[in-house]
Amino acid sequence: MMREVQLAIIGGGPAGLAAAIAARESGVQDIVIIERDRELGGILNQCIHAGFGLHTFGEELTGPEYAARFIAQVRALEIPCLLDTMVLDLSEDRVLTVTSRKEGLQQIKAGAVILAMGCRERPRGALNIPGFRCAGVWSAGTAQRLVNMEGMMPGREVVILGSGDIGLIMARRMTMEGAKVKAVAEVLPYSGGLKRNIVQCLEDFDIPLLLSHTVVDIHGKKRLEGVTLAQVDENRAPIAGTEQYIPCDTLLLSVGLLPENELSSSAGVSLSPITGGPVVGDDLATSIDGVFACGNVLHVHDLVDFVSQEAKQAGESAARYLQQHTQIGQRTELRAVNGVRYTVPQHIDLAHMGEEVTVRMRVGQPYRRAAICVYADGTLLRRLPKLVLAPGEMERVTLRRDQIPAGTKEITFCIEEGETK
Amino acid sequence: MSERILTCIGCPMGCMLTAVLENGTVTSVSGNTCRRGDDYARKECVAPERTVTGTVRVANGSAPVISVRTASPIPKDKVMEAARVMASTAVSAPISAGDTVIANLAGTGVALIATRGCEAR
Amino acid sequence: MYDVVIIGGGVIGCAIARELSRYQLSLCVVEREEDVCCGTSKANSAIVHAGFDAEPGSKKALFNVQGSQMMEQLCRDLDISYDRCGSLVLCFDEQDLPRLEALRLRGIENGVEGLEILDSAALHKMESAVSDKAVAALYAPTGAIICPFGLTYALAENAADNGAQFRFDTCVERIERTAEGFAIHTSNGVLESRTVVNAAGVYADELHNQLCDSKLRIVPRRGEYCLLDRKDGKLVSHTIFQLPSALGKGVLVTPTVHGNLLLGPTAADQEDKENTATSAAGIAALTAAAALSVSNLPMRDVITGFTGLRAHITEGADDFVIGESAEGFFDAAGIESPGLTSAPAIGAYLAQLVAQKLQAAEKENFIATRRGITPVKELPFEERRALIERDAAYGQVICRCEQITEGEIVEAIRRGARSLDGVKRRVRAGMGRCQGGFCAPRVMEIISRELGVAQTELTKSGGESRLLVGYTKEVQE
Repeated sequence: MMREVQLAIIGGGPAGLAAAIAARESGVQDIVIIERDRELGGILNQCIHAGFGLHTFGEELTGPEYAARFIAQVRALEIPCLLDTMVLDLSEDRVLTVTSRKEGLQQIKAGAVILAMGCRERPRGALNIPGFRCAGVWSAGTAQRLVNMEGMMPGREVVILGSGDIGLIMARRMTMEGAKVKAVAEVLPYSGGLKRNIVQCLEDFDIPLLLSHTVVDIHGKKRLEGVTLAQVDENRAPIAGTEQYIPCDTLLLSVGLLPENELSSSAGVSLSPITGGPVVGDDLATSIDGVFACGNVLHVHDLVDFVSQEAKQAGESAARYLQQHTQIGQRTELRAVNGVRYTVPQHIDLAHMGEEVTVRMRVGQPYRRAAICVYADGTLLRRLPKLVLAPGEMERVTLRRDQIPAGTKEITFCIEEGETK
Repeated sequence: MSERILTCIGCPMGCMLTAVLENGTVTSVSGNTCRRGDDYARKECVAPERTVTGTVRVANGSAPVISVRTASPIPKDKVMEAARVMASTAVSAPISAGDTVIANLAGTGVALIATRGCEAR
Repeated sequence: MYDVVIIGGGVIGCAIARELSRYQLSLCVVEREEDVCCGTSKANSAIVHAGFDAEPGSKKALFNVQGSQMMEQLCRDLDISYDRCGSLVLCFDEQDLPRLEALRLRGIENGVEGLEILDSAALHKMESAVSDKAVAALYAPTGAIICPFGLTYALAENAADNGAQFRFDTCVERIERTAEGFAIHTSNGVLESRTVVNAAGVYADELHNQLCDSKLRIVPRRGEYCLLDRKDGKLVSHTIFQLPSALGKGVLVTPTVHGNLLLGPTAADQEDKENTATSAAGIAALTAAAALSVSNLPMRDVITGFTGLRAHITEGADDFVIGESAEGFFDAAGIESPGLTSAPAIGAYLAQLVAQKLQAAEKENFIATRRGITPVKELPFEERRALIERDAAYGQVICRCEQITEGEIVEAIRRGARSLDGVKRRVRAGMGRCQGGFCAPRVMEIISRELGVAQTELTKSGGESRLLVGYTKEVQE
């Protein structure tokens, strides 16, 4: 009586769509995509700006256009989708409890599961910003949805905290909708956003970017009346005497994204404390048999093109799992040290991996003229000189299987500063 | 002769570029690390262009607004005018992604096109 | 002409209204905000004190112990969560052991049952997360946790079911004595009433002083709190206090009935009766104090912070002021901690006083119970499935983090929620780890649809708290 499916994909955003397409193309017939929103496409639907798809399609698309290409493929492949459907629980033996208006409460037993739930925004409370809890304080993504999809205007005079790409993009969007964006404050001494967004979203509109600044007070009992900004020291502590009051009716927060792994936790998937996502192997398999992960639920990406690539790999791995139940061999751990914050995957299986593996990583601070170095049990494997490395830009290193000495126990990734070739 | 300081957007490096202009043309670019910096500075100093995206309101649609973009980049100094035109434009559902919303946006000769569709209500 | 006007729709005003609604009386609760539970009642420790803190013989001691004894049955009658998790008062210094023992003796004198001093080993066995620095603790098995929103709404709804009226967005400006009783001048016109009950929280002194010879002064005592993610709710299984100081019972660490972990409150007196902002100093003090009780608190899991104002009397009394303070004018003033615990007892006591005064008879058809909003998440599978079959709206999850369905949100609106916060306090949509990031636009859509109000008119918490300034475009549909 329980519904059964070969492959359940949780999430119909860019990751879920690409994973579904890859799995079907690898021969999995019985797939279902479960999406909690009313349409496929995920966050791309509200990302109406251009800049997506350069790597995948060689052209600059807007979010909805990028999503539409994948949705069209899913439709053409006739992959079933449950929309407006929420997965409430995922068990260790891959039983999904789902609910929807249309089909009610049901359980689905899946041969394999791909986690593609994406991420959520860090809320104000997580930053402990002091002040009133008034109307007019939104996370940037919520405001993006209101403006771009609902046609609603949150405010007229705006301060943005956080210079990640969503914050920068929203500075331009609010300006183009007639609002005055008074400042973008960034607690770090550098922006986490793309250079191009700083130029085209801030400089084009003369919006000041205040580095090493944060919001230290929020004024207005009912509706936001203003914020107090202050400069911060190297420990991110506000410096007394640098406070400035800025009247505004809206504060947008773009202060970080967190992978949404509550379902993963309920199934018992081991999570990395650094990425906030599952610990995975080269096949993107999590610690739970038959459960794979890709996209922002695995680690937060900055380019959707890389999400699609990662998801394709997850789809192919899930297909392989369903077809031959790959054996677990010897584990080679990937370790991030000295400047590299993390790697995904966190381990590889030399006996069973493909010809090559793409290792994705982020650095902890900006570097100029440095190199990403890869060591296999202490022996230098690769050295990749980089003119610039930034925490906001994910780095990728591809390792070929035949490069890695047999029996390697540990591969370390680190940053070495100094001359470039 | 005049100088303009720019931040290159070609890659994350973000080189500080200095462009020297004479009679409206760029005679030299310095500070760049690669060819892209040179190209960017020459274009940006003389005829900067931007792809503009936004929304327009939909009458009788299943959604209140649809997203739009310019078919190609438009002169940078036309961006806010384009925003004002978009703000006072409404289309009628149904509309499909790729449909032309405005044939000639703000006198630029560039079309404004829908980036997603919207069904009639 | 009402028989009774109750000023203030907090947990105390609503408890009095509920108890008074047993009698054949016309009564009205007047609230300056758009909803009940908007002041101190929405920002407190959410616990039921066992009753060992208050001075024996004081009203605080009396009502605390009575309230604590009434609470479980009341929660059952009104269909709200109650968890008798027990509480621990930690002692960090052998030299303070006599004070811990004194607290136990005081509890016994107050009538608290089951109090026990635990040595370090017994304490850490009972609650392993407690700091190693704790050398002993007072264990009170009758300590409990409740949902203060749930209690206030349940009392208000039950009062309304029994005929009590509620007037919102109505601020009392002046009370005038008339031949028949009182003329209550409000921002929304004049109400006439034979008696008045003052349950105005931090403003109770101002109302009291208009009509009484003995004057009161309330200086709000701010208390800041941090709420942590539900994944941390099991870190401790008891409400953990520290030995009290002059400013109060100190910072506690407690699970909540909804599974979060709550830290707070700080204590600092302030003249301003409106300032519920959190402060950097408060958050820092709170974090440091809580860390004494439980080391390695996962502070990066904080999902929100808030400040509550306790109605602390600095002049005119050093206890709750409860009773007929002037002819026909009844006070429930200075209801600071243990106010939430005492609410049922204060309600019953004052209702009886007022009813006696008015020589009112009890109704024969009093409805003693109330059904809560269907907690869809907690239903067994088959029950939940059947519910969705009856009403598909219970199948649609709107708030992802707390798994709150459209059906529950619609119920909240039909029971009086008009704002995002009104929905949040009733059914917890937006109360979870993303703090409404995902669901706020959807909840706004549902409120707009259910109430027939444009989304651009909706508020976060009534009054001036409009969420949006309009539509994005000049051209409207």
